[in-house]
Amino acid sequence: MAKKIDQTQVRKVALLSRLELTEAEVAEFTGQLSAILEYVEKMNELDTDDVQPLAHCLPISNCFRADCVKESLGTEKTLGNAPQRDGEFFKVPKIIDSV
Amino acid sequence: MSNFPYKVVVGLEIHVQLCTKTKMFCGCAVEFGQPPNSRVCPVCLGMPGVLPVMNKQAFEHSVLVALALNCKIAEFTKWDRKSYYYPDLPKNYQISQYDLPLGANGFIEIPLDGGRTKRIGITRVHLEEDAGKNLHTAGNFSQVDLNRAGTPLLEIVTEPDMSSAAEVRALAVELQRMVRFLGVSVADMQKGHMRFEPNINLVITKDGSEYKTPIAEIKNLNSFRALERSVAVEEQRQLDEFLETGRVMGMGNKTTRGWDDAEQTTVLLREKEEAHDYRYFPEPDLVPVEMNERWLNDIKAGLCELPIKKQMRYVNEYNLSDYDAGVLTAERSTAEFFVQVVDAGGEPKRVCNLLTQAGLKLANEKVCSVAELGITAGNLAELAKMIEAGTVSASAGNTIMQEMVKSGAAPETIAEELNLMQKSDTGELETIVDEIIAANPKAVDDVKSGGKKCKKAHGFLLGQVMQKTKGQANPQIVSQILAEKLN
Ligand SMILES: [Zn+2]
Repeated sequence: MAKKIDQTQVRKVALLSRLELTEAEVAEFTGQLSAILEYVEKMNELDTDDVQPLAHCLPISNCFRADCVKESLGTEKTLGNAPQRDGEFFKVPKIIDSV
Repeated sequence: MSNFPYKVVVGLEIHVQLCTKTKMFCGCAVEFGQPPNSRVCPVCLGMPGVLPVMNKQAFEHSVLVALALNCKIAEFTKWDRKSYYYPDLPKNYQISQYDLPLGANGFIEIPLDGGRTKRIGITRVHLEEDAGKNLHTAGNFSQVDLNRAGTPLLEIVTEPDMSSAAEVRALAVELQRMVRFLGVSVADMQKGHMRFEPNINLVITKDGSEYKTPIAEIKNLNSFRALERSVAVEEQRQLDEFLETGRVMGMGNKTTRGWDDAEQTTVLLREKEEAHDYRYFPEPDLVPVEMNERWLNDIKAGLCELPIKKQMRYVNEYNLSDYDAGVLTAERSTAEFFVQVVDAGGEPKRVCNLLTQAGLKLANEKVCSVAELGITAGNLAELAKMIEAGTVSASAGNTIMQEMVKSGAAPETIAEELNLMQKSDTGELETIVDEIIAANPKAVDDVKSGGKKCKKAHGFLLGQVMQKTKGQANPQIVSQILAEKLN
């Protein structure tokens, strides 16, 4: 049976997810991901012509909150887990482009 | 130079920051200019195990804008995750709406020259969360402030219906006053409350065939002027590029360009579309939103007469110029205050002049709206009536208005205190005119003899009377008396 996903696709997904994979990992994940997709494909055996796509697994909607301010963490706590900080800011590798 | 006829095609993607008290999915306060990373909580920080909860006000504000843009409101809408790998949104995805936006298929009317309007299609309106801010330092790293992360952001996408830089600007200005009228955004471009990203290309006719240039999207526009200029500049750049390379629109050759305000030019930021692999999927942490008739009607009650309609009505109903009506309707409170003053008896054109001249100047100084200057509609109507009747001059009117803001006193009281009442008492003025006539026989002769010097001499005598009365005589009445006496 043909693989559901090939190594090129795994490399692309890794790039988009900012993951660095070794050659061995690319081979391993290609096999694993293909197996997962094959398993999920079993669902295609069902006739879903008259079934609406599911937007959410809970049968509820409209869960809102009022526009009321709650206390935030404050700068010190917010930066508490940061690997690096620069004064009151998170410090991160230089960003060249942003969306 | 090219002699090929071409059309410019522009669509806009617009982001509007909504003026809610709190963020889209958590209770952190939305406040500009706070200490960095002080308005952040585990939800907007993207900590594991937290749950976002929708801000109802933000959703209702969004539906209100979609209604004002004549959109069809979705009965069922849901949330999706958009993969986004930048440190300014720490979850690594942005919560947005992908295939089921809350509003679609609408339009907006924009004003063009000479009172004409043009209808621009609105493709979709959806709600999402804003990212934080990256600050670029001199060193080899960036600083991140997450105060803005998670702020409710409305995205509006137009059809590519604009065909000039001026139309793009007109839409931007119209949308700004619309969201301000609706009270859903402060819409200050400098503060990033409104961000416009035009998508531009050209359709060039050459040798009987049409050629479409590759689409460019422009970013980093933080003023209406930059927006308009960037479209004009990009238009020329694409024309030059086509003539040089002949490149046409194709798969994946859309580019992203940034506006360089200092150089007044657009620079290439991104060539490939691959970066746009957002891999949307439904947001499992948020349940869908279902709209019903009753709720929709409640939101509709928040609609008001839209600025462009108001502007056209002021032209017709109050006989104002399109320009004046435009200035009055730039802000809702000013537009409504104008009507209150007119209803209190002020002549519309006089009231308009007071509000748009002295009024706007004073409001700018006090950093408030004209309606917030502390002048009552009744007092301003009174002032307009005094100017109309010639009791005070138009320029004295401006001085009196200034004093009204300071002291809150009635215009008559101020006019008397400052000696600004114009003398319209003909008996008193006739005496002064007689004195001036007696003292200036040469000028009197010139007036009487008619001819070239007559008008100048009349002006001279009028000036003498004004000087004698320290500018308090009503010039129209003095002029009448002079004419009667010398003819
Ligand atoms: Zn928060």
